[in-house]
Amino acid sequence: MTPPPLIHCQALAKRFDTTGPAVLGPLSLTVAPGEFVSILGPSGCGKSTLLRLVSGLLAPSEGTLRVADRPPGELDDLAYVFQDATLLPWLRVAANVETLLRLRRVSTAERTRRRDAALGLVRLTEKARAYPRQLSGGQRMRVSLARALALEPRVLLLDEPFGALDEMTRDHLGEELLAIHARQAWTALFVTHSVAEAVFLSTRILVLAPHPGRIAHDLAVDLPYPRNHETRRAPDYLRLVADVSARLRAVEPAEDFAA
Amino acid sequence: MSSRLLRRLPPFVLAALFLAGWQALHHSLPPGRRFLFPSLPQLGEAFQVHGPALLGAAGHTALASLGGFALAALVAAGASLLLASSTLVRQALYPYLMGLQMVPVIIVAPILILWVGPGAPSVIIVTFLITFFPLVVNTTQGLLSVEQAHLDLFRMGRAARWQELLLLRAPAALPYFFTGLRIAAILAPIGALTADYLVGSTSGGRSGLGITALLFSARNEIPGLYATAVVGCALGFVLVSAVSGLAWLALHRWHDSYSAEQIER
Repeated sequence: MTPPPLIHCQALAKRFDTTGPAVLGPLSLTVAPGEFVSILGPSGCGKSTLLRLVSGLLAPSEGTLRVADRPPGELDDLAYVFQDATLLPWLRVAANVETLLRLRRVSTAERTRRRDAALGLVRLTEKARAYPRQLSGGQRMRVSLARALALEPRVLLLDEPFGALDEMTRDHLGEELLAIHARQAWTALFVTHSVAEAVFLSTRILVLAPHPGRIAHDLAVDLPYPRNHETRRAPDYLRLVADVSARLRAVEPAEDFAA
Repeated sequence: MSSRLLRRLPPFVLAALFLAGWQALHHSLPPGRRFLFPSLPQLGEAFQVHGPALLGAAGHTALASLGGFALAALVAAGASLLLASSTLVRQALYPYLMGLQMVPVIIVAPILILWVGPGAPSVIIVTFLITFFPLVVNTTQGLLSVEQAHLDLFRMGRAARWQELLLLRAPAALPYFFTGLRIAAILAPIGALTADYLVGSTSGGRSGLGITALLFSARNEIPGLYATAVVGCALGFVLVSAVSGLAWLALHRWHDSYSAEQIER
């Protein structure tokens, strides 16, 4: 028997202007627990909007959306990793990791335990007392990830979290993220612009088409685990990257290439 | 000479040049008008003769400016939290805040004397009126200048309004608050001195620098007036330095204005 879906949307649509066209949807999507779903698509296809809807930051205009069989925004174990690290500059790394737990009034002992565990997962235990400005861009992103993981989430939403980093750092963080995913059971929705990153990380890739945002392709990625730097040279991996790239190119609006 | 010593030198050279220039200016005046700009020895003599009186008066003015300043900082912090809480509150209260700053002290002075009488309380109230506005404006601006991404983070974390205000907006506003404090620190001694001039106590031993200046002026003691001005300036410097020290303590670890590159430059 297949497990019940963790994220379930039916004819979900979002319009920012009540009379205007929908920026996203209507689309239907079901995500099972433990899946790592990447969302690819040209700019303006509503990738981030979809993530914000699932997070509860935005309310849907039409359709239904349930996360763990509840309306989004009611879930305590849903975490969001933003495009920027969005660390609070006046707090040390340790306190930054605890921020969301503090908001939820988690007890001090429990906070400390989860904070130390999360910092261990992103291998930044020795930076606990540093301030964000003393860290590199990659380290800041790892702290941001630790802050999300400290919630011990069931659903992890990642909005281009490695977009601003250089390729090496990006690859390393991707591998770390997979290693953490192997140890923890969260379900990921991962928005990215990088086909290679999507293929490397995911069990499943959604390619969105714009105007309005809708799912053009829903592809399973059946590369074996554990995935590491070897994976990036495997023929199957390269074939998938080429295939997804071609599909992505096909949904890009032509005018983007006119110039 | 070590390069480090060399780098410390310019301020001292400038100070020496300043004093030499002062002296030269005195001597460049026609002898009949030199009394208008006392020489350094004359100034030194004024300090010797009036030293104790000046020190006592400076103490009173210092206490009054500190009192008005601290009161303004406290009330401004509270008022800013209120103002930042809603646009409606802000729009409704802003004209009154501006009014507070626009009331001419010279008109308030006689009213204050009628209400609370001349002396320290009146001086503190005037100092408060003068320093309050830059504090409240800066702090409110700070509370409102929070990054959207941080607000999203707090909304995702389902933060209560008070959590957003105290854990996010208040720390983010600290640099703005200190900018306000610096401006207020410059205004406070000037305010207290002016206030003393207008509403200060004239009874012996309780007057500040304003009344002292008034007495020197009445007795035509020009070097004494200059000495009073110097003491007033010194008071301002002390208060501004103290605020800068506090700002450093609160911000240097995390705020970009104290980053390593800034110090290098």
